[in-house]
Amino acid sequence: MPPASTRRWSRVARTPLALVAIALLVVVAALAVLGPVLWGADAEAVDTGNILAGPSARHWAGTDNLGRDIAARVLVASRLSVVLALLAVAIAVVVGLLLGTAPFLLGRGRAGRLVTAAVNIAVAFPGMLLALFFAVVFGVGATGAVMAIGLAGAPGFARLVQTLVSGVAARDFVAAARVAGVGRGRILVRHVLPNIAEPLVVNATIGAGTALLSFAGLSFLGLGVQSPSFDWGRLLYDGASALYLNPAAALVPGAAVLLAGLAFNLVGESVAKGLGVEGLGIEGLGVPVGSGRWVLPGRTAAPGPAHAAADAPDPADDVVLGVRDLAVSFRGPSGPVRPVRGVSFDVHRGESVGIVGESGCGKSLTALAVTRLLDDDARLEASRLHLLGTDLRAPQATADRRKLGTELAVVFQDPMTSLNPARRIGAQLAEVATHHQGMTRREAAARAVDRLDAVRIPDPGERARQYPHEFSGGMRQRAMIGMGLMGTPALIVADEPTTALDVTVQRQVLDLLSAVRDSDAVALLLISHDVAVVGEVCDRVLVMYAGRIVEDLPAAELATARHPYTRALVDAVPDMDTDLDEPLATIPGRPVDPADVPAGCAYAARCPLADARCRAQDPALVSDPHAPARRVACWHAGEPLPAERAVDLLVESP
Amino acid sequence: MTELRFADVTVRYGRTTAVDGVSLLVPSGEIVGLVGESGSGKSTLARAAVGLAPLGGGRITMDGEPVPLRGRHRPLQMVFQDPYSSLDPRRTVGDSVAEAMPPGGSRAERRVEVQRLLELVHLDPARADAVPSRLSGGQRQRVALARALAARPRAVIADEITSALDVSVQGAVLNLVRELRRELGLSILFISHNLAVVRYVASRVVVLRGGRVVEQGPTAEVLTEPRHDYTRELLAAVPGRGARRSRT
Repeated sequence: MPPASTRRWSRVARTPLALVAIALLVVVAALAVLGPVLWGADAEAVDTGNILAGPSARHWAGTDNLGRDIAARVLVASRLSVVLALLAVAIAVVVGLLLGTAPFLLGRGRAGRLVTAAVNIAVAFPGMLLALFFAVVFGVGATGAVMAIGLAGAPGFARLVQTLVSGVAARDFVAAARVAGVGRGRILVRHVLPNIAEPLVVNATIGAGTALLSFAGLSFLGLGVQSPSFDWGRLLYDGASALYLNPAAALVPGAAVLLAGLAFNLVGESVAKGLGVEGLGIEGLGVPVGSGRWVLPGRTAAPGPAHAAADAPDPADDVVLGVRDLAVSFRGPSGPVRPVRGVSFDVHRGESVGIVGESGCGKSLTALAVTRLLDDDARLEASRLHLLGTDLRAPQATADRRKLGTELAVVFQDPMTSLNPARRIGAQLAEVATHHQGMTRREAAARAVDRLDAVRIPDPGERARQYPHEFSGGMRQRAMIGMGLMGTPALIVADEPTTALDVTVQRQVLDLLSAVRDSDAVALLLISHDVAVVGEVCDRVLVMYAGRIVEDLPAAELATARHPYTRALVDAVPDMDTDLDEPLATIPGRPVDPADVPAGCAYAARCPLADARCRAQDPALVSDPHAPARRVACWHAGEPLPAERAVDLLVESP
Repeated sequence: MTELRFADVTVRYGRTTAVDGVSLLVPSGEIVGLVGESGSGKSTLARAAVGLAPLGGGRITMDGEPVPLRGRHRPLQMVFQDPYSSLDPRRTVGDSVAEAMPPGGSRAERRVEVQRLLELVHLDPARADAVPSRLSGGQRQRVALARALAARPRAVIADEITSALDVSVQGAVLNLVRELRRELGLSILFISHNLAVVRYVASRVVVLRGGRVVEQGPTAEVLTEPRHDYTRELLAAVPGRGARRSRT
């Protein structure tokens, strides 16, 4: 198991919840093992002179109708109660696994569908009803009760297994195994079950608690364990008949059921916490990106690294977005992680600025920071963060929020998740106008149709009444841009707006963004990992690496970039003129992990020009003396790269 | 060597026809680029060839024989788009690669073969014991390539294998694809929507639209003198090719 998950387990194990769960489970297990050994004799000792007595010094929970000590009987009953519950869970798990994996093994044929349908029907019956039904079928007694509760739990478990299996079965690694000729049974054992084991374990643990309660219920109804055997439910049943004489006779077994049930459930909860989302086979713990509301930092922003801002131009009047020393940090397992480490730039009216860099360089977080869409757990610092004259660091007045709502437009990578699938497109666009601009619904609806037309959606009147799923990916993205145009935006922030789209659709969306910008003098902040896209649409390009801007240059001059990272990015992308006889340029090594940024220049480890100074001192972003519009952070800016690196086949590339 | 031929292939899902009478040839030891927009049937065609989609009509053959879709011998392999989904997160890189190897051989022999395959895709053989989460996207895609090669295929289908990767590592994967063709003589069907990428790796190109082939021919010819409007549209869409926008 990788160390990260070990760390998470030890963290979870130290929480109060887990400590209580473990303590309870140890007690229950110890009682189940030792109870009959230690108190077996006491529990059977008949004392006819002391029948149905209340609590006393000798019998602190009183005695039953044969004068046997109730406390001892409760302790002894732990073994039978726990064993029966575990047997029932085992039956539920085995039958559930068989039924749940059958559709996968049987394939898409009729047999598979039949099993699925049968399970779906069985799930519809309440578990206790099934248990009562099976209890009658299998006869009254412990065996019948185990079968009944086990089988009653099976459909629910089968349904869970089915859902989890079909989730994993849809993934490419299962397809790859099939292409390699691996049989379905082997795929199930090797690839599917290990990836769904954890949620199943959690469920089985919690199921044990439920089974325990069900047994108590069945025995209480007289359908469970029969004399002379006894479990907690049976004791509860016996005690309830003498409830007014000796309440303890019912309360003590009840408390035992409660404690044991709690033990199983809390263990299940703790296991679930320890597994996190990883249990579902989803990659966990990426850099958090989302659209939660941004909580303002508690204290005023501290000035960032002094050198970062030193050379940034003064904010001028036509600045739409002014950013100085922007830093974004998250709480990490070992101290704060800062994916954005001091970013300064301006976007002027009508200007289009691109931010490029590899995954994890902080470009999207920068975009989220300026649109106030960072997650709640992100901490933002900046010495200046002005959007359209509003200080984003201060709490916003309603008027300011309204102004931002109409003057700032945001376009995300995946338009399917940024549009509400349950509302018509037109209504979603109109909402912007009724909410921020105070239009009537009729005016807003007309404006929505007009805007859909402006983003070149054919037949906009008809389309406005459709839902997002009826739009193609490109049209959804255009509708998102249309939504931004409901107001009169001064800035559009687009985060990888075309990454999920085909080239032809990408072209349409890029053309649309350019057209909007040209006609209305709207500024554009375009985030992309593709230098070619940014180079085509933008006036100016900011190249980010490890949370810093390493170069700021006019897009037209990308071919003469001076930072070795920018040069490598430009060279790595094949275009229609790439020399077919040469291998493509690659960037060796991996991007910097935000949790572990090296001293000195962050790019040094991958840079062919790096020397001792680069590894010791981080270069500041300074203006080029010959071309003040260009800034670069490199000790060796513009130096010729060493002669074509020999293609060493043993060197591991990214 | 091996030629991979699709003859009049049709794939239907319910009432929709995803692939409609497609015929194309991947000549022995060559890379053929298959381009088209989402929904044009590119991936469906690939999945039908390896048995992941039902073949509604036509034939898919290797050297005249139908592609075997049962048993452990699978001479046609596929590499998937998303290396974050195509490797089992619970299994080591070595296990994933070894699983695709033909049965037989001692444990030690299989281990040596895994190391050879990892070296072939320029990964450190010591990586065999790593789980995928320790690898970058580009490294995972190399593992996926090594797994495909482990089955000793005579032909490989690469389905958008660089589109989930950062452009900075795309180049390394493309170099590898070209090298594998050159050194192993593999026939490769290379699916992509990026014409600049296809131009770089493929000697022939097939343009698919709406499940039908609209144009095919040698890459240089199709990309310099496209005959179909849709091909021209695709060419105009390549980033960096459009006329630069007017500026204020």
